[in-house]
Amino acid sequence: MSARSLVSITDLDRDEILGIFHLADAFKEVAERPIPKVPALRGKTVATMFFEASTRTRLSFETAAKRLSADVMSFSASTSSLEKGESLRDTIETIDAMGVDAMVVRHKSSGVPAQVRAWTKASVINGGDGQHEHPTQALLDCYTIREALAARAGDEEGPEDLRGLRIGIVGDVRHSRVARSDVLAMTTLGAEVVLVGPRTLLPPSLDGWPVKATVDLDSVLGDLDVVYLLRIQRERADSALLPSLDEYHWRWGLTRQRAARLSDRTLVMHPGPMNRGVEIAPEAADLPSSLITRQVKNGVLIRMAVLFHLLGAPAPGLIDVPDVPDVPDVPDVPDVPDVPDVPEGAELPESDGQLARGALHA
Amino acid sequence: MDADEVSRALKRIAHEVIERNHGLDGVVVVGLQTGGVPLAERLARILKDIEGVEVPLGTLDVAFYRDDIGLRPVLPEEVTSVPVDLAGNTVILVDDVLFTGRTVRAALDALGNYGRAKAVQLAVMVDRGHRELPIRPDYVGKNLPTRRDEVVDVTDDGVSLGELVADRAGR
Repeated sequence: MSARSLVSITDLDRDEILGIFHLADAFKEVAERPIPKVPALRGKTVATMFFEASTRTRLSFETAAKRLSADVMSFSASTSSLEKGESLRDTIETIDAMGVDAMVVRHKSSGVPAQVRAWTKASVINGGDGQHEHPTQALLDCYTIREALAARAGDEEGPEDLRGLRIGIVGDVRHSRVARSDVLAMTTLGAEVVLVGPRTLLPPSLDGWPVKATVDLDSVLGDLDVVYLLRIQRERADSALLPSLDEYHWRWGLTRQRAARLSDRTLVMHPGPMNRGVEIAPEAADLPSSLITRQVKNGVLIRMAVLFHLLGAPAPGLIDVPDVPDVPDVPDVPDVPDVPDVPEGAELPESDGQLARGALHA
Repeated sequence: MDADEVSRALKRIAHEVIERNHGLDGVVVVGLQTGGVPLAERLARILKDIEGVEVPLGTLDVAFYRDDIGLRPVLPEEVTSVPVDLAGNTVILVDDVLFTGRTVRAALDALGNYGRAKAVQLAVMVDRGHRELPIRPDYVGKNLPTRRDEVVDVTDDGVSLGELVADRAGR
């Protein structure tokens, strides 16, 4: 069994998520220094292995690793021996044999990072897999919301988690790994989540998922503390899931008219890259309460925190970790059960014990 | 050491700082998180009482500079805030207890990121011995011979010596 990994948000419990936020707070100060670099992970090697295109996630992870003084190896599927027909497993085992401490894996198929974890001794971090999960995106989203609430609280201490917030996730929830991870993270932190989108792009069943869903954006927009817009992939309009991008824009987009009706306390978020004129009007992303550039900035901090959490901590069994002081009881956060069915063609990793909550402590 | 003795030691250290540096020109006081911070604040207040000059005051958390990352849980405790560029200034690094010297080694690395200080001087309330690195303090409140497994605690009420408790192991 390999080292501590982050494949799914369910690998972390509430306290671990808040611990990562605490680390990110510390790295925020590091990022503002004249020399924004600390020697914390000197001698560790992080391999970014992107089998699917990405700019921001990959650069964000590489920046984070370098700010912690780790060495970075970069792998792109298009220029690799995969082109010569090498199997995924052989590729992973080759890189593992070179001795890396962490692999950041992105792949178009769901479940690849969970599978990779069985093939390597390194920590595996999911950089986005198919329609399954994108855990670091969800962590940075929740961190960004918490930071915005703290800024609003001024001198008073901001909220510890997201309890009491109503968050609307709008768009192609059905195919979105970001939405899946966000739902898990936000509800673990106590928020109430409502999914909004055309029937064809909502999950076919919410059975066991602690969220609500609606097709009518205007019926919930006024009650939302956070509007989280997902990217609409243009090919969805060609695959008969959407009538047209224009129709999507006026029914589910944050149009100029809807943006004007938003209270100035409503936070607007988007994981990027944005399709202006589809899910968001050109000017809405520049609203004062839009957190979109903060999300990118915080992405580096959260990925530093995740890398440090996984690589900087003592190896299991090396020392006795002192007991962590008791944390006050939290009102029941509903257990997040299995994810609903995903349309055919996508595979989910089996949710066996290895993915269960708390597996990091093993 | 009781509270009065700690106060007297701080006053003496303040006078020594002024004497050694011929005043407070270019002097910056930096407290190490967490025990050194209240002492650094008190030292800065005393310096102001004596010379009428407000010296810049900073705090430093060295969690990410430690050499035992991966050997024990490392968590940043508090904020780091260094208010001025250290280039050309003299830093008075303040901590409560000087033990192995490893925290100070990490602090020297961390300070380097804020500019090339003209000099760094180390002030500690208690020097308890057992150094593992070639580091010595410039200003000492009290030299306190200890056993390795004892715990030294500096609070507003003074300095106390206790037995090792489980959760302080490795400190």
